[in-house]
Amino acid sequence: MAGSSVSVDYAEAMITTPIAAGDWLIVAPSLITMVGGALCLMLRKNTDLQPKLGVFLLGLLVLASLGLLIRVLDQGVITMVMGNWLPPFGIAVTADPLGATLTFIGSVVAFCAGVFAMQTVSSSGRRYGFYPFLLLLMTGVCGSFLTADVFNLYVWFEVLLISSYGLLILGNERIQLDGAVKYGVLNLVGTNLFLIATGLLYGIFGTLNMADIAVKVDALDNPASGALATVAALYFLAFAMKAAAFPVNFWLPASYHTPNIVVSAVFAGLLTKVGVYALIRIFVLILPASLEYMADVIGIVAIATLITGALGALAQSEIRRLLGYLVIAGIGSMLAGLAIASSGTQATLAISGAIFYAVHSIIVMTALYMAAGIMGMMGSSFNLRELGGLYHKSVAFAGVFLVLAFAVSGLPPFSGFWPKVMLVDAAFQGGRFWLGAAILVSGFLTTLAMGRVWIYAFWRGGPEGTADGQSVDVTGAAEGQLSSGALWLPLGVLTALVIYFGLQPEWMIELATQGASSVVDPFGYIRSVLGEQG
Amino acid sequence: MRTVIFRTIAPYLAALMVLFSIFVLLRGHNEPGGGFIGGLIAASALAIFGIACGVASVRRAIVFHPMSISGFGLFIGALAGVLSFFKNQAFMTSQWLIFDLFDVEIALSTPLVFDIGVYLVVVGAIGSIALALEEREAD
Repeated sequence: MAGSSVSVDYAEAMITTPIAAGDWLIVAPSLITMVGGALCLMLRKNTDLQPKLGVFLLGLLVLASLGLLIRVLDQGVITMVMGNWLPPFGIAVTADPLGATLTFIGSVVAFCAGVFAMQTVSSSGRRYGFYPFLLLLMTGVCGSFLTADVFNLYVWFEVLLISSYGLLILGNERIQLDGAVKYGVLNLVGTNLFLIATGLLYGIFGTLNMADIAVKVDALDNPASGALATVAALYFLAFAMKAAAFPVNFWLPASYHTPNIVVSAVFAGLLTKVGVYALIRIFVLILPASLEYMADVIGIVAIATLITGALGALAQSEIRRLLGYLVIAGIGSMLAGLAIASSGTQATLAISGAIFYAVHSIIVMTALYMAAGIMGMMGSSFNLRELGGLYHKSVAFAGVFLVLAFAVSGLPPFSGFWPKVMLVDAAFQGGRFWLGAAILVSGFLTTLAMGRVWIYAFWRGGPEGTADGQSVDVTGAAEGQLSSGALWLPLGVLTALVIYFGLQPEWMIELATQGASSVVDPFGYIRSVLGEQG
Repeated sequence: MRTVIFRTIAPYLAALMVLFSIFVLLRGHNEPGGGFIGGLIAASALAIFGIACGVASVRRAIVFHPMSISGFGLFIGALAGVLSFFKNQAFMTSQWLIFDLFDVEIALSTPLVFDIGVYLVVVGAIGSIALALEEREAD
């Protein structure tokens, strides 16, 4: 400690070289949202200021994460160890292309949601803390994407879960509490399993630094031992719950339709992907041997998730529940990528497919929930039976919805097409034909489900019972409410991204490939965290 | 619970507990104590005061809404780590300011600010829950 008369050799325990100011970009996403969230919390009575402050802070978050992404692409993996302690004792925060890409896309989506909420979240929702919760949720999401410490990952999971509970019950309706109980109980079980697995991992290796564990696992004679297998299985179950994989996916459609539509949009975009990200990080980076023998299990779970998600979507007539099942189907595609990655040669292609799919899914699911919100406002219902004739209300909106429907089904020329090509390609090259087939079948079923929504809500003349050829003028929200730019701007930005990634996929494929190689071949990651000794 | 003895003693007890919580907070860096446990003691002081004299008088006494206190704690706690930016050190590296005041060595530091932040977060969060529960009971 400072101030004592004994001379201490700080270099033994601490980093003594100066830290470049640019490296602060690693902590900037979590820091901006945490400080900003605290500020918003103190000012939550001022409901006029809330949206302005919230959107400004989310804009700062987008800029910071863009800066971080540029720096990572320019300089490779960068690390900052909290408190200047030497790793593995200090908690390392590390930005690699995978984490930086997801942080950036997540921030863009959160910004869009913040703008969308200016119109859809009432002043009572603001007073109960919509913007503080959204900002603190982003603290947890960005922290999870950027941490290089397993226990720290758990802490960020808790941060995002607690904020998500707050968002879920915003409004205090009976149905919301019902959804929140299901969501809360399952997530509580999931995070407890996560914690138990982390405890076991610490017991085995005596460290929680991801790079340090990766080195120690690599040095083991028998990396498929019973103790590690237990840890791997627990992690898989815990993150599969978080990601809503079959058979622990029931909580998602049971809760995602209950909160305010913008909350559903953020949840559908971000939360399940954090689970998938954690699976990729844990299995590909630190437990590759466990991935090999668990690949068949993961593959079966992936196929079941793909098919049940798509079938569930076909069976629903509530748009928000239907979209919930599509989130699940997308998770199946990403899990398929993880299963294929076990075969070594296809690992980079499969993981980059999964990363690209995650990016696509974050954008398109958020946009679809926003579109569902607008549909609900136009037709005063979220039920397909009661909707109809929306095409006459707004041709442009019908077009936007069709673009998003094509994208989520994986049809060209939109963003869902390319990751599916990569995943199916990797599956066939790796000899996992069933996975490739399941992705294609699921895409086909999704096309049917989305086609059904389009025909019912947009194409036909009016709600159920309207005679053919007739059109009924559906009553919806007031024109003034629907013409607000706060609704259309975020939806437009996200749709533009969907089209851009569909027409110009090279940039995102390059990013995803870099992200995949940083976990498949973790040399750069380990050296960045542990320094030259790694 | 609203006996005369309890109502008479509660304000003094609460004041003592808050004082003790600050003592626990300040000795925390090198000895048992710190922001979290200090915050819990202060929050139980609020709870006792609330049981004895009613939630309204607690809310009057702490001036700010407990959630705002929490927010302020989070705010200064997070900002305490930022000071090291100006010394080209990593986030959360501790900074010390040590000086003599009337022949007593005073050590001010960013971990102290962080601990005070934790203290306020805990007082705010637990106090908010306790007061809400006590209010519900009175209905």
